[in-house]
Parts: sequence; structure tokens; C-alpha cells
Amino acid sequence: MPNKIKVNLNSSHFQELDSFIDGLETTEGELISILHKAQSIFGYLPKEVQIHIAKRVNVPVSRVYGVVSFYSYFTMKPKGKYHISVCTGTACFVRGADAVLRDFEEELEIKSGETTKDGLFSLDSLRCVGACALAPVVLINEDVYGKEDAKKVKEIIQKYMKINSEG
Amino acid sequence: MVNRQQLLEKYEAEKNRILNRSGDIALGKKEILVCAGTGCMSSKSLKIIENLEKAIKDNGLDIDVHGTGCFGFCGKGPIVKIMPDDTFYSEVSVDDAEKIVSHLAKNEIYEEKLFINPDTKVRATTTNEIPFYNKQVRLALKNCGFVNAESIDDYIGAKGYQALALALEKSPQEIIDIIKESGIRGRGGGGFSTGLKWEFAFKNKADQKYVVCNADEGDPGAFMDRSILEGDPHSVIEAMAICGYAIGASEGYVYIRAEYPVAYDRLVKAIKAAREEGLLGKNILGSSLDFDILIKFGAGAFVCGEETALISSMEGKRGEPTSKPPFPAEKGFWKKPTNVNNVETLANIPQIILNGADWFSKIGTEKSSGTKVFALAGKINNVGLVEVPMGTTLREVIYDIGGGIVDGKKFKAVQTGGPSGGCLTEEDLDTPIDFDSLIQKGSMMGSGGMIVMDEDDCMVSVAKFFLEFTEEESCGKCTPCRIGTKRLLEVLVEITEGRGNMKHIEELRRLCTVIKETSLCGLGQSAPNPILSTLEKFENEYIEHIKKKKCRAHSCNDLIQYLIDVNECVGCTACKKVCPTSCISGEVKKIHSINQENCIKCGACKSTCRFNAIVVR
Ligand SMILES: Cc1cc2nc3c(=O)[nH]c(=O)nc-3n(C[C@H](O)[C@H](O)[C@H](O)COP(=O)(O)O)c2cc1C
Ligand code: FES
Repeated sequence: MPNKIKVNLNSSHFQELDSFIDGLETTEGELISILHKAQSIFGYLPKEVQIHIAKRVNVPVSRVYGVVSFYSYFTMKPKGKYHISVCTGTACFVRGADAVLRDFEEELEIKSGETTKDGLFSLDSLRCVGACALAPVVLINEDVYGKEDAKKVKEIIQKYMKINSEG
Repeated sequence: MVNRQQLLEKYEAEKNRILNRSGDIALGKKEILVCAGTGCMSSKSLKIIENLEKAIKDNGLDIDVHGTGCFGFCGKGPIVKIMPDDTFYSEVSVDDAEKIVSHLAKNEIYEEKLFINPDTKVRATTTNEIPFYNKQVRLALKNCGFVNAESIDDYIGAKGYQALALALEKSPQEIIDIIKESGIRGRGGGGFSTGLKWEFAFKNKADQKYVVCNADEGDPGAFMDRSILEGDPHSVIEAMAICGYAIGASEGYVYIRAEYPVAYDRLVKAIKAAREEGLLGKNILGSSLDFDILIKFGAGAFVCGEETALISSMEGKRGEPTSKPPFPAEKGFWKKPTNVNNVETLANIPQIILNGADWFSKIGTEKSSGTKVFALAGKINNVGLVEVPMGTTLREVIYDIGGGIVDGKKFKAVQTGGPSGGCLTEEDLDTPIDFDSLIQKGSMMGSGGMIVMDEDDCMVSVAKFFLEFTEEESCGKCTPCRIGTKRLLEVLVEITEGRGNMKHIEELRRLCTVIKETSLCGLGQSAPNPILSTLEKFENEYIEHIKKKKCRAHSCNDLIQYLIDVNECVGCTACKKVCPTSCISGEVKKIHSINQENCIKCGACKSTCRFNAIVVR
């Protein structure tokens, strides 16, 4: 299961991925699970990782890229230390999610799908986190903000900047 | 467990504990149930469990605390229930845990957290007194909010796996006949007869067949399937094994969204527990059935909910659909006969086997038997998971169960079927909810998303929202859907940004028809529905946007202006201070004004003004 965000392209990560692949009974039909594993190890799926996987699974790189680019869960860009996901499911939409997303974009000066220059925040949207009663919902790593709290965009960002500077 | 006898012995051993919990008998022991579904967990329900356990220990009491699946009343979460008394606490905070326990220690009720009936202002002491639950019938959600999803003993105590044992004593054809006679139709959106589907897969001979549970739940804003998997994963596992026996498959797969970590976790634990008990694996319950279940992850693509795309994705490929026939029942996963069913469809199966086809077919309507679970959300007071018999009217769901519209505003429309469905209005409120009536009214049942909209929602924007979704999610394989949805969206953007003309309406209608008729899969074929239905019911709003450049709901930013009401403005300068673009000018105690050119319509001034002096037009 994809969990904490890590970003590093060092060889021990490649080894971890390799031993996962070696442990599979067959790689046939397992490309998506290999990519899930790779993304949980590396934090994202850069070109190098895709090429590596293609070689290991013995398929053209274009096939790997084709799958990576098809699914929104896979990302080719590293995420920020604090990854912000604004829910834009229907329940959140009718309760003002678009304004919340816009406020984050303005406040962080990035577009959805991007990461701030200092690597601290990244922003994107997702469709329904299953807490529609709290709409609009914002997820920051594993923390959930809902209703009025989700709209306090400035405060939220400041909170994480503070957590970060306090280490 | 090696045989049915042992299963029944285990049931006898666990039964009373579970009956005590349902309030059917009183053993004198109290149990606390806390919702540990994603909704309540987001409001810290796990911390509440921790605090309850601590308080119980501190008070030296003998009370068990269980995290369960969703109680349904998410809007009033986190929810805590005391059994067997059936005391229902809503909106419980982390700090309430101690008080709940100290009251329990004195055999008292903690009044403060009882649910208050908004009509009568009376506090409800038990679940039965809460109007939200009155018209509901829980079949698929029977165990949700009741058993501990992580305890197979709980499930067995609630008659779990007895349907499987019973099924194994019948022939596959007998099982299929029961499912057919029950009249159950697929809850994933299509509404196809489940029994017939099983029969096709059964009759196709092959050395290997597969059972697939579709847990992709693509409708944004719907959470029925995830709640079932979080709250009662064993019912789905049991149903898959029954299906495996009926069609002759020894392998099952659950295709689940990667975005559902809690459901995944509980499913993995449940599968493991079932294997340990011999309820999955070889010679299940001493029969000839070998059946096991594996999990496949989705990776965020709506189209993968469509069964042929789902199968491509299961094979590790791009999730592109293929044309049908061949249907999965002939050539599915690895080209073998495959039966794909939705989570909720499966959750009903054990009940049908246990209680009989006749029992099930008497619930609901003639052509749509049973119940349907809806994820009721949007501008509704009681957001939550609702299960009603088919044939219940929309009005009953929205007003009696849903408690009406938030802030007493006016109901405008309700969207069923998500991005593939349509909206229904005031005049449709007495429509009975079943597969056929909803289609007749220009919407569809879909998988169970039900989003309520009020007077502040612009219907053109709603259509645009859904088209943004389908345009983004179109897999690109067929041209009508790939380019058609893009063009539809472009037209809607023109209209909502004030550049629309009357020809656009004709163009929308024509394009919608072409896309519906020529797209490869259900995604494209249904993508125009939100436009067609809003055009049919709210054409006047489209025309207003085009001709008068007006959005009556004040939601299309390009068609509204923020203005200062000169009669109300006292010159307090509050708005000027919060304006992010500094476009408000004015001296202290003098009337302010807004420079329209720089105004970004963020609404900060309006929410700051204490004198109602900012108006939107
Ligand atoms: C675009 C599209 C998305 C779909 N999404 C889902 C889904 O998320 N969950 C689901 O169970 N069925 C979904 N379906 C329906 C499936 O194709 C299939 O009919 C269903 O899983 C069969 O199970 P049932 O007969 O039990 O309903 C979708 C269909 C289409 C065309
Ligand atoms: S739509 Fe946002 S949580 Fe469901």
C-alpha cells in the first residue's frame, strides 16, 4: 500500500524494488502493482525508474510510460513534504471546493499538480475521500480538514510552515 | 473449520454475545460501539476509542469497546452507541469519552450528547427515535455499524458463512435459480439480472474461471462500496465464494481503488482470517470447493469501473475498455469466463441464500427487488449512508430521512447516477426510486451517489463540473468521447464565462446525441446525460447565461459583480483591509467603492462586512 512520501533515487531503493520484483511469482499482469510499489519506495516515478522497471519486466519503456501516464494515482513529479489534496468530488464541489482549491493555488503561488520551489508543499485534487459529511474536505498528508476548517487556507499553510521550522 | 457442524458450533458460542449487542437479549454486559468508518475516523473516532478504553480501565469497569463500520448518520458523526440499551450519542468529541464512561458507571445517560430531533426538539434516547433511521431497511448494510469488521468471530456470531455452508449443500444450478428468482439486479449501475449473469458464466465451459468484485467506486461523491468493505468485508468474501461455487471458479479478485486504504486494510485482514478458519482455500467446509481471493489495485481512473476496462487494468495494462460482445462472462480476465459484480450486489447475496428468493423479492418493487444504498450528500442536513427499499420516493429520502435542505434553503435538484446520471427536480420528488423509473425521468440509479442541490447551485456550472470530470477521465480510445467531451466542455465554459450564444444550445444537443450513439463504452455513452438533463429541466438558466449574461445562483464568477450598497456602508474599512487585490477604495466613515477591473470576485469583502453592505449581482 502506498504510504509515506519519500523522495530519493539511491541504489538501496532500486534494490528494494528489485527484491519486490524477484519475490513475485510472475511479472505477467503485475505491472501496476510493481508501479505502486515503486511509487511507495521512490515517492514518484521518474524516467530512470520507469526504464529500470521496463528492463526488469521485459517490456518496452513505452508500455510502462503508457500505464504511468494513464492513471492519475501515478506521478512523475516528486511531491512536497506536505502534500495537499483538495477533494473535488461532487459533494465537496457543491460545498465550495473549487474556491478552496483556488485559494490554495493563490496562496502557494502554484497550480494544482505542482510543487512549491522549496519542495515544502505540493497541491492537487482528488475525487471523494469518503468523508462527504465534512465537505469541503482537504487532506494534508494524512490529516483531514473539513467544513469551515478547510476554508482557512492561510491558517493551514502557516501551521505547516511552523511545524516545519520547528523541525 | 472443517465442516458445517463446526461452523454451527462456533455460531452457537458467539451468538449470544452478538444478540446482546443488537439489543435482542440482555446479558447484563454493556458494549460500546464506535464508528470507525472513514467519515468518523476523519473526526478522530479512533482517538475516542482510545479515550473510552482508558476511562473504562480507570473506572475499573468491564465494558468492551468495538470499532465498527459506518452507522450511516455521517452528518452527525462521530457516533457512539451503548448496547444493549441502544443509546445513541452523536457529534461526540474526544473529550466526551470520559463523561460517557463516568455516566455509564452510574448507569446514567449522558444527556448532552443525545441526538436532538430538530422538529420536536426532543432528545432521542435510542436509535429508533431518530427519524433518519425510520424508513430505512438495512440488508446490504445489515452488519455495518454492528460487527467489528476485523473480527471474524463477530461475523460468524451474526450468522456469517452459514449462507456459504447452505449453498455448498445445493447444486450450482440451484444457487443460480435462487439468485434469479430473487430478482436482484446489479447495484453497480447497469441493473442487469445477477442470476442471469451467473448463469452465463456457469454455462461457459473453461479450465479456469474468475469471480471479480468491482470495488472501484468511481462516482465522485459516493461512498457506499467503501463503507461496506470497511464495515463488513466478510459478507463480500462469503458472497464471492458462493459465486465461485455457483459458476465453477476457484479464484476471485477484488479490484479496489488505491485511494481506499482503510477498506483495503480491513479486507486484507478479513481474507487472512477467512483463510485461517478454512473458509477460503482448499475443500472449504469439507466440500469439493477450492476458492481463494486476491486483491488488485486500481490507480485512479474512473473508466476502470467499467468491467472490460477493469479487466484490462487487472492484467496490468492501461484501463481501456473493449467492445462487447464478447462479454466478460465469455472472455474476461486472461480471456477466461469472468463474473464481475459490484460490492453492494455481493453484500446482498448471503442474505438471499439464507432467507430465500421469495423473502428478497417481496422487498422493494416488482421489477426492482430489494433495497438500495445511497450516499446522500450535498446541501442536505443529514449527510450519510442511507439504505431504503426500492420504490421509496425521492421525497422520503430527501425530507424524511435526509432532514431537508441545509439552512432551510429551497430545494432545487438532486443528481443521481453521478457523472453518468442526470438531475431530478421538485416535480420528480414523488418518483419511486427504482431502476426503471429513474431512467424514465432522464436520470439513472447509478451506483448510489445522491447529491442534493439548492437555490445557490447554478445548473450550468453543475453540468460543467461533470463534464470536466468525464473529459478528464475519458480514456481517449474512441474519438466521439475523447474529442466530443472536450468540445462539450469548451461550449459550457464559453456559456459560463459570458461568451455564449444561442447557437451553442443547439450545438450541445446535437453533440450530445452523437456522443451517446457512437461512443465505445458506457463512459462516453452516458457522459452527455448531465447536460441533456439540465438542458431539459433548466433551459431557462442556460438562456439567462447567454442572453442576459446572468447567473441567478451567483456562482459563475464572470457573470457577477460585487458592489457596495451605498445605503448600508458605514465606511468601517474592514473590506478594504481584506481585499487581496486592493481594489476597494474609500476613507474612514465614507462610503467605499469597488474597482470592478481588478476585482477577482473572491468574496472576501462580503464575508467580512458586518453591515450587509456588499451585494452580489
Ligand atoms: C464509466 C463506467 C464506470 C463504472 N463504474 C463502476 C463502479 O465504480 N463500480 C461498479 O460496481 N460498477 C461500475 N460500472 C458498471 C460495471 O461496468 C459493471 O456493470 C458492474 O460492475 C457489474 O456489477 P453488477 O452487475 O453487480 O452491478 C461502471 C460502468 C461504466 C460504464
Ligand atoms: S466528495 Fe469530497 S469527501 Fe466525498
